[in-house]
Amino acid sequence: MTDVAAIARAAADKARSRRIETPEGVVVGVRLGSRSERAGAFIIDLVIVFCAQILIWLLLVLTLLGDGSEELAFAAVLLLSFFIRTGYFTYFEMAWRGTTPGKRLVGLRVINRRGGPLRPDAVIARNLVREVEVFLPLSLTVSAGATGDDGWTALLALAWVGVLSLMPLFNRDLLRLGDIVAGTWVIALPKPSLAEDVAEAPAQKPDAGEGIRFTGQQLQIYGIFELQVLEDFLRQSRPDDDPSWASIADRIRVKIGYQLPAGRPPDARAFLEAFYKAQRHRLEADLAFGKRKASKHDR
Amino acid sequence: MAPLELKSSQFRRERQATWQQLERLVDRIDRSGAAGLSPRDLSRLPILYRSTLSSLSVAQAVSLDRNLLDYLEALSVRAYLCVYSSRANPLEVISRFFGQRLPAEVRAIRWFLLASFALLGLGAVSGLLLTQSDPDYFYAFVSDGLAQGRSPAASTATLREALYPEETATEALWAFASFLFTHNAAVGLLAFGLGIAFGVPTVLLLFTNGLMIGAFSALYIDRGMGVEFFAWLLIHGVTELLAIALFGAAGLLLAKTVVFPGRHSRLANLAIEGRRAAIVVCGGVALLFCAALLEGLGRQLILDTDWRFAIALGSAVAWLAYFGLVGRSPAGGGDD
Repeated sequence: MTDVAAIARAAADKARSRRIETPEGVVVGVRLGSRSERAGAFIIDLVIVFCAQILIWLLLVLTLLGDGSEELAFAAVLLLSFFIRTGYFTYFEMAWRGTTPGKRLVGLRVINRRGGPLRPDAVIARNLVREVEVFLPLSLTVSAGATGDDGWTALLALAWVGVLSLMPLFNRDLLRLGDIVAGTWVIALPKPSLAEDVAEAPAQKPDAGEGIRFTGQQLQIYGIFELQVLEDFLRQSRPDDDPSWASIADRIRVKIGYQLPAGRPPDARAFLEAFYKAQRHRLEADLAFGKRKASKHDR
Repeated sequence: MAPLELKSSQFRRERQATWQQLERLVDRIDRSGAAGLSPRDLSRLPILYRSTLSSLSVAQAVSLDRNLLDYLEALSVRAYLCVYSSRANPLEVISRFFGQRLPAEVRAIRWFLLASFALLGLGAVSGLLLTQSDPDYFYAFVSDGLAQGRSPAASTATLREALYPEETATEALWAFASFLFTHNAAVGLLAFGLGIAFGVPTVLLLFTNGLMIGAFSALYIDRGMGVEFFAWLLIHGVTELLAIALFGAAGLLLAKTVVFPGRHSRLANLAIEGRRAAIVVCGGVALLFCAALLEGLGRQLILDTDWRFAIALGSAVAWLAYFGLVGRSPAGGGDD
């Protein structure tokens, strides 16, 4: 738990968060799926597709090879792999509302960039382009490598896959070619659960927090960012004798110039809980009147 | 009662039952789709969604509890995606696609289609004239793999044999058909996808395809087998060339949106036109499928020149009727 980590995380979240307006006029924030999440989802889907193809291939070999119709088996394999490959992504993104098994496992979803529902034609577009982006050059590379007659083709195809698959690394919205053409983007859909309100949580020692009072001056120092860092800290469960309680409490005490009442044992946890509550009360009261103090640097 | 009662905590206590109901509903939809919901739950979904959305806007104004804000925001997005999703039944999508969208979109890009036919034609005429002036051009336009022994150096008998194959096992024909399909689909998708590179690769692909046709025509016309050659080419070529022209048209549409974006930004415009182009490309893939069947089976089994021409003419009329007439509605094929 350091400020640096919290600040870095906040900055990363901000760079990847996008605002969409619902038809009701409420603006909600979404986070774009990161590159590693999308790569992970794609690899999972790819494994599923390959497994399905191999399975069908084996089935065909077992049923058709017996009576000497290798050619027919070959034809069926060629056709079926094409349809499985393009059909898999299109089917799932239509039927599962913008997710595929891989995306669901990772927690990603394809949505319309302009708001509104994800249309079937957008799904078709982004997955047809996937064929051009990945599968075609991949099969080119493989076949050129297998026959070994055309090293340049293989090299060019490889460079092409590289350029196209690296495209999400270089644009702000992490769009691949298919996303650009279909007008979609891929967002992460986390499912945070509603935890208990820290300000409402029953105090560990109900009387320890009694009598901790803060002056208006003392509550003017920190802003919303610090309040929420403190919230995160309070939400992590740690034993009462953990040294970080005291170290955080001491830092805040020094910063706001809070004097420990004489004759009371310093209870760091009770102090932090009381401070959180008082600070939040103060900042929320300001917020209700339109004053938003984003952080301690915000005057 | 604690001395300090936060307004935001009070607000949360009053509303959180609604949010949790919505969360359970959305969880169920995510797991098993909206079809499994009872009519009562389904009618409650929009109400719960809107009240949660209003909670979110209130919370953004009064609460600083980050967990609460994150929770409400994520829940609102998830519910929003449930409420505003097109419930796509794949079968219905397919019938609407072929019955309405595809022909309408093809009509809408007819000028691009014409342009891509013109490029093919230009390539064919150039190929024909150049090869007639100097047969060596043939080798420049047609790769060895494609020529399969058919070249100016080949004897007339070899060339004739290529037009009228000896009887072949049907299984081999199936393999040939499916190979043709995957190969042509790959080339077609390239012509479409690379349209984004200002259309240069698309134009090149169309033109070189035309050159090949022209070179072959010159070869066969030279040996006095022009009529037989065109019968051999057109039995499937009508369908296949139309498919290639569709791919080309879709690629040119993308190129046009990149080069002349018009009122919108390039990115926004690509998103609008790209989806229309994708529909055309899908149609192209379907056409290629028909073409491969005609080429792999029809051409190898039907050896009579008159019959070949009849099938070519029939397919031309069929496609013209389909793309010209099907799916015309008073509202037109308007897109949002």
